[in-house]
Amino acid sequence: MIPDLGKYAVEVLAAYGVSITLLIGLVLGSVRRSRKVKARLAAVEAAWESTS
Amino acid sequence: MSIWEYANPKKFIATTTPLVPWLLWGAIAILTVGLIWGFFFTPDDVRQGSTVKIFYLHVPSAMMAINVWIMMLIASLVWLVRRHHVSALAAKAAAPIGIVMTLIALFTGAVWGQPMWGTWWAWDPRLTSFLILFLFYLGYTALWAAIEDPDTAADLTSVLCIVGSVFAVLSRYAVNFWNQGLHQPASLSLDKEENVADVFWYPALVCIAGFVLLFVALVLMRTASEIRLRRMRALEARMRS
Repeated sequence: MIPDLGKYAVEVLAAYGVSITLLIGLVLGSVRRSRKVKARLAAVEAAWESTS
Repeated sequence: MSIWEYANPKKFIATTTPLVPWLLWGAIAILTVGLIWGFFFTPDDVRQGSTVKIFYLHVPSAMMAINVWIMMLIASLVWLVRRHHVSALAAKAAAPIGIVMTLIALFTGAVWGQPMWGTWWAWDPRLTSFLILFLFYLGYTALWAAIEDPDTAADLTSVLCIVGSVFAVLSRYAVNFWNQGLHQPASLSLDKEENVADVFWYPALVCIAGFVLLFVALVLMRTASEIRLRRMRALEARMRS
């Protein structure tokens, strides 16, 4: 399945492995932060409405 | 309708929130197609062997590293001139994406450079200006975190962004300014004679589209998060007083 990368296999696979890991981390981190902030804001808005 | 309507945080969130999932899944799909095409279905280069496959990650990420900073520059100028908070927050939201893009470009450049140039790193004009750009990204993010007042932070980071733009431009054109160093001039060109062969060009184009779309999706999502955080802090401050 994996193409024959010859003597440069380590370099090519490292480039793909590290880059894809960083991209996935960036996407998951952004999505998780977005959800967390939404939930925190909803809680603060609810507290604000109950006090005002 | 004016573009400045989107400087209204509520309007910005209402408009972008439904778009983000489409943009994000579209980016993931396009990037997956581009990378699979480049990795599995393109031939090795005569001189570079299989390392040419690094091209599909290195070139789009390097392009994005520079262009994200340019987007931050425009947003910072909008903040300084028109004082729209959304623009300052968009610049702030873009910086972590730029950091990741710069890291990918630096790492893939190093692992590509080792077999081709015989060294992981050289103090070559393009590589050096790119490293300085990376340090500017870190400094920009650190400055936002270090200053408590958001308007002061936006002012100072905007100035830093303008200064850092010199290195964003240098990263792109250093090879042309100083005709020395290991890094070759741009591989991509609108001139068909100078551009890379079509067999490498088409998957690269798909990957570039995927990276651009991913950036748009993430910057919209992260800007919305920054707007919400700002509102949350304002409400908390009002409740305390």
